Amino acid sequence: MKFAVVVFPGSNCDHDAYDATTRVLGQQAELIWHKDTDLRGADVVILPGGFAHGDYLRTGAIARFSPIMQRIAAFADGGGPVLGICNGFQVMLEAGLLPGAMLRNDSLQFRCQQVHLRVEQTDTPFTLACGEGQILEMPIAHGEGNYYAEPDVIARLEANRQVIFRYVTATGDVNADANPNGSINNIAGICNQARNVVGLMPHPDRACEVAIGSADGLVMFESVVKAVIEGAFATTR
Amino acid sequence: MTITQEVLDRHGLTRDEYQHILEMLGREPTLTELGIFSVMWSEHCSYKSSRVHLKTLPTTGRRVLQGPGENAGAVDIGDGLAAVFKIESHNHPSFIEPYQGAATGVGGIIRDIFTMGARPIALLDSLRFGSLDNPLVRRTMAGVVRGIAGYGNSIGIPTVGGEIAFDESYTGNPLVNVFCLGIAKADEIIKGTASGAGNPVYYVGAKTGRDGIHGATMASAEFDDRSAEKRPAVQVGDPFMEKLLLEACLEVMKTDALVGIQDMGAAGLTCSTCEMGSRGGAGVEIDVAFVPQRETGMTPYEIMLSESQERMLLVVKKGREAEVEQIFDKWDLHAVRIGQVTTDGRMRVKHHGEVVADIPNPALTDEAPLYRRPMAEPEYLKSAQALSLAELGQPESATVAFTRLIASPTIASKRWVYRQYDHMVRTNTLVAPGMGAGVVRVKGTRRALALSTDCNARFVYLDPFLGAQHAVAEAARNVACAGGQPIGATNCLNFGNPQRPEIMWQFARAVEGMGAACRALDIPITGGNVSLYNETDRNGVLPTPVLGVVGLIEDADSVVRRAFRHAGDVVILLGESRAELGGSEYLKVVHRLVRGVPPALDLDREKALQKLLVEGAAAGLIRSAHDCSEGGLAVTVAECCFDTGLGVEVGTPGTNADEMWRDVMTLFGESASRVVVSVEPRYASEFLHRAADAGVPAMDIGRVGGDRIRMSVDGRVVLDVALAEIERLWSSAIGNYFERSRAVA
Repeated sequence: MKFAVVVFPGSNCDHDAYDATTRVLGQQAELIWHKDTDLRGADVVILPGGFAHGDYLRTGAIARFSPIMQRIAAFADGGGPVLGICNGFQVMLEAGLLPGAMLRNDSLQFRCQQVHLRVEQTDTPFTLACGEGQILEMPIAHGEGNYYAEPDVIARLEANRQVIFRYVTATGDVNADANPNGSINNIAGICNQARNVVGLMPHPDRACEVAIGSADGLVMFESVVKAVIEGAFATTR
Repeated sequence: MTITQEVLDRHGLTRDEYQHILEMLGREPTLTELGIFSVMWSEHCSYKSSRVHLKTLPTTGRRVLQGPGENAGAVDIGDGLAAVFKIESHNHPSFIEPYQGAATGVGGIIRDIFTMGARPIALLDSLRFGSLDNPLVRRTMAGVVRGIAGYGNSIGIPTVGGEIAFDESYTGNPLVNVFCLGIAKADEIIKGTASGAGNPVYYVGAKTGRDGIHGATMASAEFDDRSAEKRPAVQVGDPFMEKLLLEACLEVMKTDALVGIQDMGAAGLTCSTCEMGSRGGAGVEIDVAFVPQRETGMTPYEIMLSESQERMLLVVKKGREAEVEQIFDKWDLHAVRIGQVTTDGRMRVKHHGEVVADIPNPALTDEAPLYRRPMAEPEYLKSAQALSLAELGQPESATVAFTRLIASPTIASKRWVYRQYDHMVRTNTLVAPGMGAGVVRVKGTRRALALSTDCNARFVYLDPFLGAQHAVAEAARNVACAGGQPIGATNCLNFGNPQRPEIMWQFARAVEGMGAACRALDIPITGGNVSLYNETDRNGVLPTPVLGVVGLIEDADSVVRRAFRHAGDVVILLGESRAELGGSEYLKVVHRLVRGVPPALDLDREKALQKLLVEGAAAGLIRSAHDCSEGGLAVTVAECCFDTGLGVEVGTPGTNADEMWRDVMTLFGESASRVVVSVEPRYASEFLHRAADAGVPAMDIGRVGGDRIRMSVDGRVVLDVALAEIERLWSSAIGNYFERSRAVA
């Protein structure tokens, strides 16, 4: 099966996602330039981290206009699995693929550190191989990861079980100490209503080998391989 | 126009230098030409005070692919690959405007690396600031750190290490030295050369504005209270533009349509034009009217001297223009043809066809002034080297001294800083910042590279020759601790005003010491940077010759980290502890003194120690290794415990000093060539035998375990503290300075 890793000008974790899915996971992947309009038969789309268009104006605000985004919206509408990591998540919010917005971290500083996430829901293509409540360790690296949405949107996300990852302590507690950026309800990642589009601020792509700190992110890529092979999230592409 | 004394002063040129210009041109220079001479002959570009000394450094070796003279040096790391690396300073701009000064420092060194055809994969920062008690220093440091983060994080190159030290001498003149390393194919290294008459010369990147005009001249003068007025000479960085340039240039380089390429750093278009021509033995003719401009009405003088960031100059093979233009277009960059290569060896600048400068290249490069400046041993030296313990009265109690040292900003955790840096992007980082040498793996091979920058400037102040040797030894020891064989180095020499004989003496002695140590340890210096005039109101910084060393680890799986790993492991001290307290952090923190002679250094012993570390790591015998430096054995042992939850209990014989000072000397003395390793019990005797065979003193000093740091001297417990408490002090010290100031504000 094949991953498409979208490259915006200013993407800088495209390589991280490409390397994780090919060298580590052993699957095919192709870098897709943002001006392209074809996903080249990919089964899964990844919007990688970085600083698309320098994050100028607002994170992800310019990238949403890239030609490839229309194609990705259609792919997502058809049920195709789409994962947004870090800046990719920010692009998804700007593009309306997921609800909410990102504020600056409450520390007002960029933060690069390991965090712990609790898997809140396993019925998405990117978490189906996880155990419910499983705790994953992976890094964050962002200056604007403070997830915000209007109270009614947050209530709806919670009610629909669309909060997929929460920042927790190593022992699984949800509290302020575990929250690296001030996100509401310690939200680290969410999905859309159809559950095939997932965005998160932490980097599973940088947590696929123990040698670089953690291999806990691998399960997310293994999940989507399983999802595609089993047709668990059949697409209408 | 008439060239008056005032005009010369503004250009930082002396009357003698002007005479020289007249002779070389055979006529009066135009104002544009005068500007070109002033930047090319500035200390920053010409190295006119330092060159005679730098020539004595060892720059060759079997792994050296590129020595000094190009944009960066390169060494062979096997698998057909080269490590391309260099360190550069951005001290003056970082004081005037901390965020942009530091950011553009990062941007500049990155360009030097990818210009060589290398993909940059790691950054390190060697930073020096004044005391954190000073709000100005906190503001400067916060800005510098944000600037480094703002640029490096955005462009996507991990900051994997470096070091930070604090001393009042840096209050009005912080040091910001940035090291960058990239990977290139060994046989595809690209040079900054212009050749082939008629080949087109292209300009690509950001538009040229009036920013940074005379930045190189500014970096060649002392500061005074009007320096803030020089703010327009600091450039503004755009990491997004540089990311586009990086990707586009690497793509162009794959085509073989390129003859040469150089970034426009200090002295901008001037420097790149004449240096490329000079290296290729050719001339370059450009018309500045074609240069994309950000502002209207710019004069040729301004265009030639602008230091706007994120600009590159390329020489393309004739007939391949469309191919190159197309790649830049893909990245939304517009490559503009501004001239061509000529055969006459001259730099000719036109403005709408009219010649405004016409200078033989050698006049600006090889034949630039060279000074053998007068030197004199500084007056302070004799008294500073005299350390009388009796005058100090009582030593501080071990526990109090230890807790103060652990919280001293030079020793305390730098997490507040490096958590603002993306140190993981590109997923190569095996050892993150704050844990000794930074280590990155080289994907596609089994190898990894250990990187360290070091300089204990107090040692250099107290003895420039010996102190510079220590900088080399410590940087190399740090990479050896990780298991890396030191294979190459780059230096960044930060000193005061070279026109003062005592500063020039410090410089010359430090270069001699650095050269001697590099020769002894077989580490060629492949390039670097000199930053002089680091003074404010005639107060010079501590002489700070920073050395960045690259170490090659044959098997990335055998990387050794500094932290203890298992309770029960045997703690072994390698090297000899002597009664040496001169220049120590203990004297500085507890007695507020920078005094004494630095510890002795035996380079043969140092070499044997490093060999033992590299071989021991490769053989899998070493569980952890950490170099003894500031704070001595006590601090080193404590640092091995941090982030592990493992305590330690160790004991050593006292160093040979009078009884009253024995504990302090033993715990906090900074004798050189020492490393604390931990070894699995079953390998301990084998490792001790290896050490004996290598002629390295080695002693079993204790065991890892428990939740306390307990140290004894001559069998007496002299330090017994809870690890958690000490770790809290260590990890919160720097953050507290900033939190407190935020609370007050």
